[in-house]
Amino acid sequence: MADETKVAAPAAERPAGASGEERRPGGDRPASDRPDRPAGDRPRYGGGRGPGGPPREAGGRKFFRRKKVCKFCVEKIEDINYKDYRLLGQFVAESGKIVPRRLTGVCAPHQHRLAAAIKQARNIALLPFAGRAS
Amino acid sequence: MNRTYELMFIVRPDMTDEDLDKLISTLQSAVPAAGGTVKSVDKMGKRRLAYTVRRFNDGIYVLLVVEGGGAVIHELERRLRVTEPVIKFLTVRIDEEQKRLAKIKAIRDARRKVSAQPAAPAEEAAPPAAETPATA
Repeated sequence: MADETKVAAPAAERPAGASGEERRPGGDRPASDRPDRPAGDRPRYGGGRGPGGPPREAGGRKFFRRKKVCKFCVEKIEDINYKDYRLLGQFVAESGKIVPRRLTGVCAPHQHRLAAAIKQARNIALLPFAGRAS
Repeated sequence: MNRTYELMFIVRPDMTDEDLDKLISTLQSAVPAAGGTVKSVDKMGKRRLAYTVRRFNDGIYVLLVVEGGGAVIHELERRLRVTEPVIKFLTVRIDEEQKRLAKIKAIRDARRKVSAQPAAPAEEAAPPAAETPATA
């Protein structure tokens, strides 16, 4: 019984989950799952799941997992610049932290440049070190 | 030893336009004396700071692109440091990044040409499709 409900629920919610995921590479990715963050913060991601288990209850574990793709590879953005704070802001959490690669799907070389750019932007007060830009 | 640098600095928000122009022109005049050239000056305008700097929450951003050696930067940074209205500055070397970007662009352009040449009908379809992400 318990098993059946478990299986059925993700299957039913899958379309919703998929469409939600669709927006991830786009602009409002952090905004969508940020509000719950300060309250629940870490445990939600860490709890029980394997590596790369982002907050997607609806998606189901082995049934469906949308392949995350690197925004910079897809849109062929090579110039990751500290001046482009709107772009960088998509990869900064509400708390001001750089969002890890496993949540955003950015590839390693691009995450490297992204992190460097975010740190430069912080130094010139384009992005916050901590907390929201008031 | 010619390198390209980008100096971004923030001026206090209550500064008038004339004062700002004066400040920028004095900085510019210091560049040739140290053996460099000013490539461009861009007043990016007033913007809210992400955090409070010297009790200011806004600032006027100015971007200065300069070519030259380390002596130019040394002199400019010294001036920025002693200039009272300047509340923050950042210098970034950009020539190597530009070189890297130019290389990538050249590779992409070469690929585009190769893919466009062999098949004539595909030629019309391929280049616009390849160009849109680059410009977007």
